[in-house]
Amino acid sequence: MTSLDQLFVNANAWLLSLLPDWARLWASILVRIGVIAALAPIIMMYLTWLERKLIARMQNRFGPTRVGRYGLLQPLADGLKMLIKEDIVPRGADRLLHLAAPILAVVPAILLFAVFPFGRNMIPADLNVGLLYVFAISSISSYAIFMGGWASRSKFSIIGAMRSVAQIISYEVPGVLSVVAVIMVAGTLSLVGIVEAQGPRWFVFTPWGVVGCLMFFLSGVAEVNRTPFDMPEAESELVGGFHTEYSGMKFALWYMAEFLESFAICALTVTFFLGGWQGPPVPFWLLAVLLAVLVGTARLVAVPVRILGVVAMAGAGLLCGAEPIPSWIWFFAKTYALVFVLVWFRGTLPRLRVDQLMGLAWKFFLPLGLINILAAGLWVWWPFPTGTAASAFLLLASSWLLVRANNPAPLAPRSYVFAD
Amino acid sequence: MEPKVSTSPTVETQTLEVNLGPQHPSTHGVFRMLATLDGENIVKLKPVMGYMHRNHEKIGEGLTYIGCFPYTDRLDYFCAMTSNLGLSLAIEKLAGIQVPERGEYIRVIMAELTRLVNHTAVTGFLLNDMGAFGTPLLYAFREREKILDLFELASGSRMMCNYVRPGGVREDLPDGFLEQARALVDNFPRFLDEFERLLTENEIVKQRTQRVGILPRDLAVNASITGPMLRASGVNYDIRKVDGYSIYPRFPFKVPLGTVGDTYDRYYIRILEMRESVKILRQALREISDSSPSISPKGVALVKAPRTFRPPKGEAYGRIEAPKGELGFYLVSDGTPQPYRYHIRAPSFVNLTVLEDLCIGHKVADTIIILGAVDIVLCEVDR
Amino acid sequence: MAWIGYGVLKGLGVTLKTFLETYPWGRAVLRGLSIPVADGLFTIQYPDTKQQHAERFRYFPFLVYDETPDNLRCVACKICEQECPPQCIHIVGPAKDEQGRPLKAHGRTFPVEFDIDMSICMSCRICVDVCPFDAIEMDNQYELSASDRYEHMVFNQEKLLKPAEYFQQIKPTEAATVDQRLAAKKAKAAPAAPPPQAPKPPEGS
Repeated sequence: MTSLDQLFVNANAWLLSLLPDWARLWASILVRIGVIAALAPIIMMYLTWLERKLIARMQNRFGPTRVGRYGLLQPLADGLKMLIKEDIVPRGADRLLHLAAPILAVVPAILLFAVFPFGRNMIPADLNVGLLYVFAISSISSYAIFMGGWASRSKFSIIGAMRSVAQIISYEVPGVLSVVAVIMVAGTLSLVGIVEAQGPRWFVFTPWGVVGCLMFFLSGVAEVNRTPFDMPEAESELVGGFHTEYSGMKFALWYMAEFLESFAICALTVTFFLGGWQGPPVPFWLLAVLLAVLVGTARLVAVPVRILGVVAMAGAGLLCGAEPIPSWIWFFAKTYALVFVLVWFRGTLPRLRVDQLMGLAWKFFLPLGLINILAAGLWVWWPFPTGTAASAFLLLASSWLLVRANNPAPLAPRSYVFAD
Repeated sequence: MEPKVSTSPTVETQTLEVNLGPQHPSTHGVFRMLATLDGENIVKLKPVMGYMHRNHEKIGEGLTYIGCFPYTDRLDYFCAMTSNLGLSLAIEKLAGIQVPERGEYIRVIMAELTRLVNHTAVTGFLLNDMGAFGTPLLYAFREREKILDLFELASGSRMMCNYVRPGGVREDLPDGFLEQARALVDNFPRFLDEFERLLTENEIVKQRTQRVGILPRDLAVNASITGPMLRASGVNYDIRKVDGYSIYPRFPFKVPLGTVGDTYDRYYIRILEMRESVKILRQALREISDSSPSISPKGVALVKAPRTFRPPKGEAYGRIEAPKGELGFYLVSDGTPQPYRYHIRAPSFVNLTVLEDLCIGHKVADTIIILGAVDIVLCEVDR
Repeated sequence: MAWIGYGVLKGLGVTLKTFLETYPWGRAVLRGLSIPVADGLFTIQYPDTKQQHAERFRYFPFLVYDETPDNLRCVACKICEQECPPQCIHIVGPAKDEQGRPLKAHGRTFPVEFDIDMSICMSCRICVDVCPFDAIEMDNQYELSASDRYEHMVFNQEKLLKPAEYFQQIKPTEAATVDQRLAAKKAKAAPAAPPPQAPKPPEGS
C-alpha cells in the first residue's frame, strides 16, 4: 500500500474529490472508460512495433528504424496508411455484414480490458463473475469471423472462415477446462479473488498449474489464430482466409482485434496462473537503476534527452527507492514477458495443418484437461507431499499415455543409406 | 465442366474447383494449379505452366554460342554457374575443346558452391511456405550472401555470373578468393548444424512433411525424375558418378539415398548433399594449383571473337548434375556460328509432371509443401 | 513429455541465441555461458552504409578516352553492337565527310552516335570481351535509377565517355593488364614508322 503502487488510484480519488457528489459516479465511470479507450489502442500499436522489432532481431535484421527513433512512430505511419486506403467491397457482397464484422470483432476485444486486474485496487470493473464474463465475451469473436468470411462472397474467404470458426470453438473447450482447476482451488470466479488466492504460492508452481498454464496459453494462442496455429489466415495457403477481401480501415480493425486478443490472452494467463500483480519484494531502486542504464546507453537518442532521462530515473529512485516494485509494473512486466514468448513462437515455428491442430485440441488437450481437474482435486484433498506427488504422477502418466495413443509412426527416426 | 456430385446414403457432396495461382505468394513464380477439391482432399490436380515463357530457345538460334551464355544465367537464377557449365560441356563435346586442369578445378569449386547456394535457398523457402515466418529463410540467405560475395569476387556479378565458358572459365580467380573460400567452407558445417537444430527434429516440421507426397521408385524412374527427388526415393543415380564429367572421379564423395520418398526425405537429402559438397570443396580448394591456365586457347579465341567459331556439323548433348536435377543442353550445329537447334532439358519442368500423382489424396495445405520440396524455378520450367 | 516437445524447444533455443547475438549485452551473456557467437547483425543499413563491392563488380559499360574526350579509343567497328545479346547498343558511324571517306581524329575513325539503352542491357560483359581496341569497359556504378525512360535511361556518347584514369581508379588490376596490352601494341607499331635516314656511305671513296 505504498504511494508508487497506488499512484493511479490516489490520482483518481483526488480527481473525483474535486467534483460535487452527484457527479462522482458518472465521472468515475467516464474515467474508467477513458482509460481503457486510451490504453487499448496504444497497447495494440506498440505491440505491433514490438513484434516487428523482435522478429527482425531473431532474423538477423533491424526491423523498423526509419520512422522516428528506433521506429517508434511506425505504428502511427501504419495507422495513417490504413486510413487513407481505398475501401473495396466485392461486388455482390453483403455490405452491411461486411462493415459490421470487423466492428463486431474489435468490440469484445476491448470489452475484455474491463476486467483485467492491472494492479492492486486497479481493476476497472471488479465483477464477481469476472471469469465467466471473459469467456463469454471472447466467444463472440467466432461470430465476427464467420460473418466476415460469409459477407465477402469469395470461395477463399468462406473456406478460411469455416476453418477459423472450427478452430476457435475447438480450442475453447480445453481453455475453459484448464481454468476450472483454478476456480476449484481459488473458490471464486472474480479475477481479483483469483489473484489474491495466489498470495502464498502462484498456481504455476503446482503440478496441475503447470499443465493448466501451458494448456491455457496454447489454447489462447490457437484462439487468436497465431502461429503455430494460424492456418486460417495463412498467406501461403488461401491468401488470407477470412480477411482476404478486406482493405483499409476494416482490415486495420481485424488486425487490431487480433493483437488486442493476443494481449488479453497473455494478461489472462498471468492473472490465472502467474500471480497477477504480485511479485517478490524487490526494492524499486533496482528497477530505477536498470531503466537509467537503458536510457543512458540508447545510442540513437540525443544526449540531452538521455541526460534528462537518467536524471528523472535517478530522482524517482531516490524518492521511492525503498518501496517494493509497484504491482502494476509487475503485471505489465509479466504480460510482456508472455508477449515475448508469443512473438518467439511466431518467429520460429512453422504452422500445423488444420486437421493436425484440431487433432491436438480434441485428442490431446481435452482428455488432459479433464485429468487436470482430477489432479487439482487430488492436490487440494491431500496435504502437501502426498497431494503434490499424486497429482504430478497422475499428470505425467496420463500425458505419456496420450502421446503414445496419438503419435504412432511419424516421429520415429529415419535412416539414410550412403551409396558410392 | 460440371462438378462431380457424389452421393452417399446420408450426405450429398460436391467437388470444388479452385485455382491455386498464378498470383500466389508461394508457388515460386507464376504457376497455376487447377485443383479439384472434395472438402479438404485433392481429387484432381492439373499444373498449368507457361506463364513465364520467354522464347529462350528461339532467341538462342539467332545468337552466337557465346551470346547464349547470359541467357543460361537466367534459366535457373539460383544456379547460374551450373547452367553455364552445362552449355559449356555441350559446346566442348560439339567442337572437341579440352579444358586445362586449373579450369576444371575452378569449375568444380563453382559448381559445388552453387549447390550449397541452391540447397540452402530451397530449404529456406520450403520452411517459409510451411509458415515459419521467414526465420529459416533468412538464416539460409545469410550463408548464401557469403557465397554470393565469392561469386562477385570471381566473376563480377552475384547472380548472373556468366563466368564458365567452353574451354575453362572466362578469367582466372582473383587474389584472395581461395582464402575467403576456405574460410567459408570451414565455417559451413557449423551453420548446417545450427540449421538442423532449428528444423530437423522439430515435431511440427516432421508432422507436416512425413508421409506427405510419397513418390514410389518405379514412378520416379518411369517419369524421368532426376536430382534429389529421385535419390530421396531410393534410386542411386547421380550424374556426377554416372557420367564422371569434368574431374569429379577424383573426389570420393558419397551419394545419400532416402528410404521413403516423402517430403521429409527430399528435404533431408538436400542437407546431406550439402555436407558432401563441403567435402568436395575442401578437397578441391586444397588441390587447386597454378600449374595450368584457367582456359584453353580455343576457349580464349571463342570469348574474344565469337563469330569465328564454326563447330563441325553435328549434334551434342551435354548434361550435368545441376542442384535441381539433370540439366541437359542439346545442340545441333550446321557449321555456322549460330546453333541450328538449341534445346534445354530443364529438370524443374520434368520433375513437375508427377505433381498430380504426388498430391492426390492429400490436403490443400500439403500441395504447397509438396511443390516446395519438388524445388522448381519457373524460369527453368518455362524457359 | 520432454521428448515430444524437444525438437520444438531446440528450435526455440536457436532463435533465442540469434536474438541475443544481435545485442552487445547479449553477446556478453552468451560468451559468459561459453556458447560460440557470431559477429552481430549481418544486415547493413543501406543507404547509410553501403556494401564494399569486389573490384570486378560490373553493371553498365562506359567508353574510355585518353587525356581528352575526343581522343576516345573507339573506332566504330560495330563489333560490340553485333555481339550484344539483347542488342542494346546503337552505333552510327564512323564519321564520314561529304565524299563518303571516313574522317580521322588522332589517327583513328570515331563514331557519330553511340547509344546504350540501360533498360535493356544485361550486364553480361560480352561487349567488353569482344572489343579489339579495349575501348569499352564495365563501370561499377549501380545507383542509376531514373524516372524517365527515354531521356535518362538511354546513355548517349557524352554520358558514356569517362577518362582512363577513372578506369584505373575503379579497377586497378584490370586497368594494369589493359594498359600493358595497349603499350605492347604501341611498341610493336612504332618500328613500322619509317626509320631515320641513315647517312649513305660515300660511293667509292
